[in-house]
Amino acid sequence: MARRNPVVQMGEIVVRGGTLVDETGERRGDVLVRDGRIVAVEEVIDAPRGATVLDAGGCVVAPGLVDLHAHLREPGGEIAETVESGSRAAALGGYTAVVAMPNTEPAVDSAAVARDVLALGEAALAEIAVAGAITVGRRGERLVPMAELAALGVRLFTDDGRGVQHAGLMRRALEYSSGLGVVLAQHCEDEQLAAGGHMNEGAWSSRLGIAGQPALAEEAMLARDLALVRLTGAPMHFLHLSTAGSVEMIRRAKADGLAVTAEVTPHHLALCDAAVAGFDPVYKVNPPLRTALDVAAVREGVVDGVVDAIATDHAPHAPERKEDPFDEAPAGMLGLETALSVAYSVLCTSPEERDDGAGAGWVPRGAGAPVSMQDLFGLFSWRPARIAGLDQDGRGAVGSLGGQGGPLRSGAAANLTVFDPSLEWVVDPSRQASRSRNTPYAGRRLTGKVRHTVFAGEVVVLDAASQR
Amino acid sequence: MNAPGTSTTTGVSSDEAGDESATTWSSGVPAAASAVLPVSGEDLLVGEGTPAVRHLLSIADLGRDGILEIMRLSDAFAEVAERPIPKVPALRGRTVATVFMEPSTRTRLSFETAAKRLSADVMTFTASTSAAVKGESLRDTVETIDAMGIDAMVIRHHASGAPLRVTDWVGASVINAGDGTHEHPTQALLDCYTIREALTARRDGEVPADLKGLRIAIVGDIKHSRVARSNVLAFTALGAEVVLVAPPTLMPASLEGWPVTATGDLDSTLGEIDVIYLLRIQSERLGEVLLPSLDEYHWRYGLTRARADALKRDALVMHPGPMIRGVEISPEVADMPASLVTRQVRNGVVVRMAVLFHLLGSGVI
Repeated sequence: MARRNPVVQMGEIVVRGGTLVDETGERRGDVLVRDGRIVAVEEVIDAPRGATVLDAGGCVVAPGLVDLHAHLREPGGEIAETVESGSRAAALGGYTAVVAMPNTEPAVDSAAVARDVLALGEAALAEIAVAGAITVGRRGERLVPMAELAALGVRLFTDDGRGVQHAGLMRRALEYSSGLGVVLAQHCEDEQLAAGGHMNEGAWSSRLGIAGQPALAEEAMLARDLALVRLTGAPMHFLHLSTAGSVEMIRRAKADGLAVTAEVTPHHLALCDAAVAGFDPVYKVNPPLRTALDVAAVREGVVDGVVDAIATDHAPHAPERKEDPFDEAPAGMLGLETALSVAYSVLCTSPEERDDGAGAGWVPRGAGAPVSMQDLFGLFSWRPARIAGLDQDGRGAVGSLGGQGGPLRSGAAANLTVFDPSLEWVVDPSRQASRSRNTPYAGRRLTGKVRHTVFAGEVVVLDAASQR
Repeated sequence: MNAPGTSTTTGVSSDEAGDESATTWSSGVPAAASAVLPVSGEDLLVGEGTPAVRHLLSIADLGRDGILEIMRLSDAFAEVAERPIPKVPALRGRTVATVFMEPSTRTRLSFETAAKRLSADVMTFTASTSAAVKGESLRDTVETIDAMGIDAMVIRHHASGAPLRVTDWVGASVINAGDGTHEHPTQALLDCYTIREALTARRDGEVPADLKGLRIAIVGDIKHSRVARSNVLAFTALGAEVVLVAPPTLMPASLEGWPVTATGDLDSTLGEIDVIYLLRIQSERLGEVLLPSLDEYHWRYGLTRARADALKRDALVMHPGPMIRGVEISPEVADMPASLVTRQVRNGVVVRMAVLFHLLGSGVI
């Protein structure tokens, strides 16, 4: 299945006046793009006649962002999102590749469903990679045909939305996956300890009278899986880690040389459980928003490099479902269109610059050195690209352009994000490209916005507006 | 977040509250108003407060002054209740809708009786007769009722926070008649009023300013009790000391910021308290493995004759009902003169008249 870009004619593009940020460093430079590839990177490039010029003055020009964790809801949940609408949201957020989570209806547990989603992705505004389920129907009973899915280019496997509860089955899954060149990813949640909790168990859940799930529900499964990685030697990726204890366990596991990677979400970097005080289900998410101390620990894990990637866990839900009472509403938040801005706001701005904005639960940036622009884009681009196998040197999915997150140099695939760190904007849910509206940042002022996105040599976002 | 100790008294007073604790202990305020964190422990207590004007969602909406105002109004309505025709025209022409998404005949009847004694028109909406069973959303249900032109909506819901959400969707005043395991403010108000009444009788008619000096034990399933959450706020706002008594499995996961002490040992508490407030134990808790058995609960926490004898001589016994004799309380204790249970029920109507009048009335009774 060859990847074809539906845009027939792609002219030349010059990205002018920006600061280039990639894994090799930061420098001033212009970028010339032709036929889906970067053909020149120089300090100043004169635009050829007829070329589209993207103004990047005052902006960062970086390899396109790669999201390891988005729920695009198709097939089965089209009322909330489709591959197309989700990819538009992704493009607006600066993403040029998205890993679609397999908890669709039906789940991505067979080659047929994986092919369907990959086919939907061909017309998308970003590269759509597909994650497969670990168990059939995500029921935690039998393994999916992992090798057949791997042959289609499926690189990540996860029952996300649920963790694999059965330790013996998880062991066999890790053993079986070895040698297939794939990575199993876990949604860490021990369902018996979580006991149906709807928010973080702690001071706020106790006051509000909402059933809580303890940090231990996440940490117990993480501890179990780290022991299984030690036993089997198979690599593992940990999804949306949210507690101080989890970050510490990953820190130790990496020090011990285990082949593990970890992602955190923008919302666990920005919001704490005090956000639930108004009982608004827009703040209901799984894993739940944790304490301000957990937020600080997750930020620390990002700063010291223990965390490999920031992933959105973009989880659209139809508006009427998010109007149900808190303990009946589904968990999940939108993320693709705000992720980079939220992370930049809480990791990179100076503390005194931040206006706290509206709404409870936002944890303002504290003292301490800001995360560098290069580290920020590493968390959003080349590090996740490598985990998903979408980087230049990786195997890449079948049909992949094979060029996500790579350095900006001649010959590289033209997947670019142009980010303006000085632009302040207010999140307006009604203007989001997602089919859903469940952003927890409605009305909040964020710092930094994606200005242009170039995907496979096509300008898909120009001046923060989607081009198709 | 530590669970409180089982046998020792774990003081969790406001000034010991950790500095990660946040904002006022209330969900009754809109999210935007409770935005700031962290704050000092001081804010976790119900402040002097200005009385809430539109809605009653949490005891924190009233504050100390608001609670005392309800007490004074209740005195006036208690006098009305003694009249041959116990009815006043205070809310004539107003409409009160009771919206009960969870069955509770006694609370609904109490509110409806209160509304009728104020000459309000009453609309009744219960889950069993409603569109909710047909799959209509809460928002559509309350917007429909609101559209009929009502002044107040008394709402009981099985989900914590549902009444607060409803305030975003309707124009009527919203009164929380019990939401999930969150709050039940009118129960707390009638409990305060009942204690105040008992103290007044004991002092030959001298009405106490507040509940200062009283030590009140709340015993039972604190974790799942909306009555406990409202009563902790109300009792402490009026100056009483509160001790929570429960096994660790029925204690909230965290008492950070709660202006209370906590213990698992009822027997060591009995001689030191002026009021023992028993909560209902639901048999569902056995399925959740929070208790070995109801018999074991009774053995450890039931108010038996022997425990009643260990209370101070003039200690008061309270229960929000419905009481399960043989679990929370032994039958003979339930009928002792110290038991205020029937006074609680009677005062429910009077206090709910006061609440409705406070939110809807013109100031003229």
